[in-house]
Amino acid sequence: MDMHATKKKLGIKEKYAHMTRGLDWETSYQPMDKVFPQATFEGIKIHDWDKWEDPFRLTMDSYWKYQAEKERKLYAVLDAFAQNNGHLGLTDARYLNAIKLFLTGISPLEYVAHRGFAAAGRNFPGVGPRVACLMQSVDEMRHAQTQIHALSNYNKHYDGFHDFKHMLERVWYLSVPKSFFDDAFSAGPFEYMIAIGFSFEYVLTNLLFVPFMSGAAYNGDMATVTFGFSAQSDEARHMTLGLECIKFMLEQDPDNLPIVQKWIDKWAWRGVRVLTLVAMMMDYMLPKRVMSWKEAWEIYFEQNGGALFADLARYGITMPECLKQCSIDKEHIGHQAWATFYQYGGAAAFHTWMPSDDEMDWLSAKYPNTFDKYYRARFTHWRDEAEKGNRFYSNTLPMLCQVCQIPMLFTEPDDPTTICYRESDYDGEKYHTCSDGCKHIFDNEPQKYIQAWLPVHQIYQGNCFPEGTDPTVEGFDPLAKVLEWYHFDNGHDNLDFEGSRDQANFAAWRGMATKNT
Amino acid sequence: MAVQALKDYNFPSADSQDKFHGGQLLYVGWDDHLMFCAPFAFCLPPSMPFSELCEKVLPNSFGYHPEWAKVDFKAATWLKSGQPWQPDMSKTLAEQGLKHKDILRLKTPGLKGLAGSSS
Ligand SMILES: [Fe+2]
Ligand SMILES: [Fe+2]
Repeated sequence: MDMHATKKKLGIKEKYAHMTRGLDWETSYQPMDKVFPQATFEGIKIHDWDKWEDPFRLTMDSYWKYQAEKERKLYAVLDAFAQNNGHLGLTDARYLNAIKLFLTGISPLEYVAHRGFAAAGRNFPGVGPRVACLMQSVDEMRHAQTQIHALSNYNKHYDGFHDFKHMLERVWYLSVPKSFFDDAFSAGPFEYMIAIGFSFEYVLTNLLFVPFMSGAAYNGDMATVTFGFSAQSDEARHMTLGLECIKFMLEQDPDNLPIVQKWIDKWAWRGVRVLTLVAMMMDYMLPKRVMSWKEAWEIYFEQNGGALFADLARYGITMPECLKQCSIDKEHIGHQAWATFYQYGGAAAFHTWMPSDDEMDWLSAKYPNTFDKYYRARFTHWRDEAEKGNRFYSNTLPMLCQVCQIPMLFTEPDDPTTICYRESDYDGEKYHTCSDGCKHIFDNEPQKYIQAWLPVHQIYQGNCFPEGTDPTVEGFDPLAKVLEWYHFDNGHDNLDFEGSRDQANFAAWRGMATKNT
Repeated sequence: MAVQALKDYNFPSADSQDKFHGGQLLYVGWDDHLMFCAPFAFCLPPSMPFSELCEKVLPNSFGYHPEWAKVDFKAATWLKSGQPWQPDMSKTLAEQGLKHKDILRLKTPGLKGLAGSSS
């Protein structure tokens, strides 16, 4: 019998070339610059899109195969976790509050990242980056879904997990991550790639995911660990895309350098401010700590990030000036942020508490220069007052930074006893910012930031009450109405961990699982 | 600098004074008392006398601090936008030129926060 010699299969490189080159055409009904209206307005000059190198050379068929395999493993673990009451293996119910913060503050950003990369892919005239953006867009959708699925199991048992999407668009502290992504998404495709692809995914991603995922591992949360692992191989690809993108822009035209540098400066600072939430999570919210924020910053930024900027120096890129301030701030921001959430714990969809003596000693050891000197007296006082039944809840709204939207809680770089006040005048109105970094961003594009939806100002304008609310009636309680508009279950989602329903339920259920009475 | 944009890019401020139903925003921080994590944001009638701010509004917000009871407004000093500023207690916010979104810092000599830690 004759054997037909089958045609040799295509190698990965050839396959990739077929998948990513020569797929497009010159349009004839419409001029190309109308088909790709966002390709040039940012001022970035690209001469040859074919110079784009994708180091992964991943084709769509292998992409689906890898991802499907990862999904199967992930959902097997999630099912087992749910069936075996995995939530009762957590170190302590306080831990749940870290993942409430993750679900409400981070997971929705995965979804926005999905939209952002889809838009960037649509708007780049080059086929290589378009395919890479498409895959990242699908990845980000998968991250959002797997996180929501993994954490939905907790929603069956605990408070605060029930309405993250509604909350993202309303709640005062969630406006911090939300406005960060809105800012990136409303820029052009090149800035978006520097903002999210490079600054966030490359420079800062380890400071976001490693703390949450190792925090989960240390505290018995296998569901979160598993989606972390499932996302990790995607992250490696995303980091490479971010780096390739910046190198491509810089190699294409020398005029791109100042624009790219300006974006790196801006987005490094925007990212760092969002990470304040991670700092507080690491230093205060994990019952079993992984490392301090200060240590994480030293390892993942000062060492790794330093090497990255040394590498980019050959293109003329320099380390953003504002990041130097972070080596001072790393000693403070975790404490300052936790103090903020503690006093506004009436308006947060997670619980807050004061550290125990042991935990304060851990903080003193990790922050020998600052904790005892600036923060211990404050926290001890609050704890003593809470024990006397006089738990501190601030009754007045805080002033927010016009750019990062965080309450003005940061202190002067050279004086940790004084709030850092910065202001700008634009078109007859004053705008206040929390730092030189945020002021600089405002002054560069005031027209963009004067539109900021600042939750505190919106509350005062009367825009944050349920429909039909009449704020002029006798005995009107604005806070209660705002919480209703947030969809918070007032008295269960918020307030101190001590005395919470989560605390009581976890103790009762774990008791049933481990004791005979 | 202008925003790089596809079209004309000009939008009104989200927080201009006309949106506050007759009120104006005033921010007040109390130096060396970081137990209050950030300055407070108030929405007040421009016709409010400064004395009422000091006797009613601020005590409600800062009163939880054990040192608030020791605050002496005769000895206190103020900064407006970081510059020394002298209020007239009998005048209203508007009469003494306080504008929408102005920021005041209250300095109370001798009071250095919990255990002197500026908390
Ligand atoms: Fe992601
Ligand atoms: Fe800021």
